[in-house]
Amino acid sequence: MKTIKVDYIARVEGEGALRIRFKGGAVRDVELRIFEPPRFFEAFLRGRSYLEAPDLTARICGICPVAYQMSACAAMEDAIGVEVEGGLRALRTLLYCGEWIESHALHMFLLHAPDFLHYPDATTMARDHREMVARGLRIKKAGNALVRAVGGREVHPINVRVGGFYRAPGRGELDALIPELTAARDDALIAADWMATFEFPEFSRDYELVAIRGEREYPFMGRRIVSNKGLDLDVREYDAAFAEAQVPHSNALHSMVKGRGSYLCGPMSRFSLNFDLLSDGAREAARRARIPVPCLNPYKSILVRAVEVIHALEEAIRIIRQYEPPAESCVETRARAGIGYGCTEAPRGLLYHRYSLDGDGLIRDAKIVPPTSQNQKTIEEDLFALAPRMVAAAHREATAMAEHAIRNYDPCISCATHFLDLTMEQD
Amino acid sequence: MARRAHRPRPKLAVWKFASCDGCQLSLLDCEDELLAIAEEVQVANFAEASSARMKGPYDLSLVEGSITTAHDAQRIQEVRRASRYLVTIGACATAGGIQALRNFGNTKEFASIVYATPEYISTLERSTPIATHVRVDFELRGCPINKAQLLEVVSALIDGRLPAISAHPVCVECKLRGTVCVMVARGVPCLGPITHAGCGAICPAYARGCYGCYGPSDAPNAASLMAEWTRGGATRGEIVRVLRTFNAAAEPFAAAAKTYEDDQG
Repeated sequence: MKTIKVDYIARVEGEGALRIRFKGGAVRDVELRIFEPPRFFEAFLRGRSYLEAPDLTARICGICPVAYQMSACAAMEDAIGVEVEGGLRALRTLLYCGEWIESHALHMFLLHAPDFLHYPDATTMARDHREMVARGLRIKKAGNALVRAVGGREVHPINVRVGGFYRAPGRGELDALIPELTAARDDALIAADWMATFEFPEFSRDYELVAIRGEREYPFMGRRIVSNKGLDLDVREYDAAFAEAQVPHSNALHSMVKGRGSYLCGPMSRFSLNFDLLSDGAREAARRARIPVPCLNPYKSILVRAVEVIHALEEAIRIIRQYEPPAESCVETRARAGIGYGCTEAPRGLLYHRYSLDGDGLIRDAKIVPPTSQNQKTIEEDLFALAPRMVAAAHREATAMAEHAIRNYDPCISCATHFLDLTMEQD
Repeated sequence: MARRAHRPRPKLAVWKFASCDGCQLSLLDCEDELLAIAEEVQVANFAEASSARMKGPYDLSLVEGSITTAHDAQRIQEVRRASRYLVTIGACATAGGIQALRNFGNTKEFASIVYATPEYISTLERSTPIATHVRVDFELRGCPINKAQLLEVVSALIDGRLPAISAHPVCVECKLRGTVCVMVARGVPCLGPITHAGCGAICPAYARGCYGCYGPSDAPNAASLMAEWTRGGATRGEIVRVLRTFNAAAEPFAAAAKTYEDDQG
């Protein structure tokens, strides 16, 4: 029996393990194990006020707290019958741009690029590519500056509330960001061209790509969920279209399209289903990098992230140039009994929240489906498809291949509920 | 940070327990200092940032997260044995975090709400801070921590001095920042008078009352503040909920919440 074991998958957010079993040279099964300790958010949310959901659920993930706040607000506003439009919606998009920029830059430069160039981390990579790592850090810093200006701080922003914000920033506060955002966009254009020179393994599968379809804008928020295989539904129909199943080997729940199977959400899906809505600079960068539409090679997700960073920077600059502080920082909210559904596009993909409220606005029931648990089955299937290449390779190389394939998805295992432990067994 | 040529670079390790990763992310959020830090210390274990791992002992371990599994209760002992200084970062590691809300409920019931087959889930009844399990050399507070404070703690311990971190309430930071008191001037309920400083008093500057994410300050008078909240119209339920968030298991907050919960009848 041949056993290959990796103790720990580095450069992902959270902790997990991977086991691949072989029989007679053929792959028998692949288990991506998530051993991030459960924290029971959906349980302790019961009895909490609808107004508390954005701040409480932000603590599910320190990498994408804005996504949790936005999906919680969307669902609560749906439950109480409030719409947040105009300048307040633009401010939400602006805050979300900041999170995409900092989260994508973290993943592209500090976590994923070292895989393509064979370094253990970005600081080692910086010995040979200091200028590029410095560009990445500047882009990340610009994203953080944006989150701080609108949200109050980078991790777990304090300014978001159901109905809008506690305080709308003044024009001067946002205008001051333009030079840094513009410089970051130039850095991102150069970085995208650099990343396009990486070597991308030949690999693609017939994924079902699922994302929000934007109405007029490339989707950060929205209600219409579509796929390249014919799904087209309102967020209120989410539970009818998708199912979550618990598997013995993982603390995260697996998602599937009912009656079909695994699907993929995140940058590749958004890009493939909303290419026409990208900013001009982002579309041009995608053409220069020769990213196909739809994009079905997960290794190229790093290029798609670069394109989305360019889009988010151009969108942020556009919003700031048109910004007039709204007369009120939030719309009035009043508790009422009901069920609310919300979804937004976290950096890693679709983030669904559903709450049922009583007449005092206290939560009776909560359901939260983060992107990594939606992608977990797809990641396992990618590894299944790659396993024959892995079994032919030396252990060290096989581990690097597995880790690289997993990092294609920027899995945020903290969200899903830990780090990778690769075991390959040959019966 | 001037590089000292006469001694080897200290070894820094970052460890994760039950948490959201936001506090260790604060280290990566030091964009201007990150490459300089990497030259000054050897990053010997930092899973979120590097595949390279060095064996202990470590000069400084930063610990994020709370203890919620039997396996983690054992693992923290190993981290302590391998570390010269052990610093806990954030509300999970210093107070049990938001996942300590289970301490006031029934964990078995919680598991059955989230999972169809709760038997697959292995977890402890309570979420506890690191100091419940091992000796801790310094606790850095906050949900999330403040990255300037993190840099101060790392440089202080590497230089062998005490970190200059104050334990006064958020009110002092509002005064330093020149923010008009939201509670006195506008009647906005605020936890600032009993909450540990360190964030820079962000919420009141955004026209919002402090919601206690840095946990209790030194010698907080929660009874007096909550009497004021009650006079302002806050219900008992609201008071229990605001004290039970990210630092719910920190003693002064837990005790005050219990008073109001018991009175709720």
